[in-house]
Amino acid sequence: MDNRNFSDYILHLADNVLILGQRNSEWCGHGPVLEQDIAITNISLDLIGQARSLYQYAAELVGNGATEDTLAYLRDARQFKNCLLVEQPNGDWAHTITRQFLFSVYQRLLYTKLLQHSDSRLAAIAEKSLKEVTYHVRWSSEWVIRLGDGTAESNERMCKAVETLWPYTGELFLPSSYEAALGKEGLTVNVSSLQADWEQQVREIFSEATLPYPPSGIWMQRGGKEGIHTEHLGYILAEMQFMQRAYPGLEW
Amino acid sequence: MVATTGNISVSHIREILESVTDPEVPVLSVLDLGIVRDIKVNGPVPEIVITPTYTGCPAMDMIRMNIRMALLQHGYKEVNITTVLSPAWTTDWMSEAGKEKLRAYGIAPPHPKQQVCDMRLFDEEAVQCPHCQSYQTRRISEFGSTACKALYQCNNCQEPFDYFKCH
Repeated sequence: MDNRNFSDYILHLADNVLILGQRNSEWCGHGPVLEQDIAITNISLDLIGQARSLYQYAAELVGNGATEDTLAYLRDARQFKNCLLVEQPNGDWAHTITRQFLFSVYQRLLYTKLLQHSDSRLAAIAEKSLKEVTYHVRWSSEWVIRLGDGTAESNERMCKAVETLWPYTGELFLPSSYEAALGKEGLTVNVSSLQADWEQQVREIFSEATLPYPPSGIWMQRGGKEGIHTEHLGYILAEMQFMQRAYPGLEW
Repeated sequence: MVATTGNISVSHIREILESVTDPEVPVLSVLDLGIVRDIKVNGPVPEIVITPTYTGCPAMDMIRMNIRMALLQHGYKEVNITTVLSPAWTTDWMSEAGKEKLRAYGIAPPHPKQQVCDMRLFDEEAVQCPHCQSYQTRRISEFGSTACKALYQCNNCQEPFDYFKCH
């Protein structure tokens, strides 16, 4: 096994949940109602907790004095391997819900496969995270339905959110270079094999939410998994990494 | 009792751990919560194996420190605390005594019938109000004051309450 490919893969999984957790945390104190403010920040906490488990593992694989903190706070945008979807701005509540839903359905399918991974540490992290992710899928699915099948305005906002975020979903199912390399050794999940189930689950919820399912053939963005990001990631990192950049080694 | 090398017993350590509580839910000991998975006393340094409730639970670091402090008070200068993720913690592991303590504290304990969250949407479990025991309750929010709780309200006595949700 090429260690670099495997540590890149763990970093990719970690970056996905860290960046989505960081995005969701921007709602803290700004949620539409108190209960949902608490819900979205709870989801952030779960995602950042999952990220910590993955970064701790990645740090051991990377070596050279790396820690969960150096990996989160001292890498630049080109070294982040998260999907473009999770770095997209919060927008309105409809955008945040749609982003969470599209990602959580994917994450649940992926982590279910990772339970069988030959690397027992990765399988354990997936097992631990999966129960939390199940709650995220249920919560976000309910919100997609509530808003899609809500008022004329909430429906319109959901349609706009789906339209905006859809081009970032294709990348979820395209193996990156490190996934392709690991795949040859049976050391990763073939993400393209998740696509049919993902589409079916998204289609079911959209149908119940009276939201049109986007037509096939829409141009899909890619690059995040290889470190080529939208302009948004730099701003996220600027805020998230500020303290460690300004005061290196600072501890609470 | 102060332990010395070669005089470490699992039961003594269990006794000490009974006094270490969850900082978020101070009526529950770490044993009630079911997060202590193993106590090993083979060498001179006892090892305590714990598992987190939720991956992001901020209480875990404090629980680790409190375990260390409690053992130190009883003469265990060194202790290894290791964390395992698998098998993943479940509310099944909460003791019956712990569930009763939760109820008395005003938090509805995890439902004994449905321990693992399923995918049914808009589905509400029948959660019993810890104050008036009514099952006429409704969910206010799936996510509550901590990762492990949901927020409910009783339709009968009108009291809002936390539910330690199935996991």
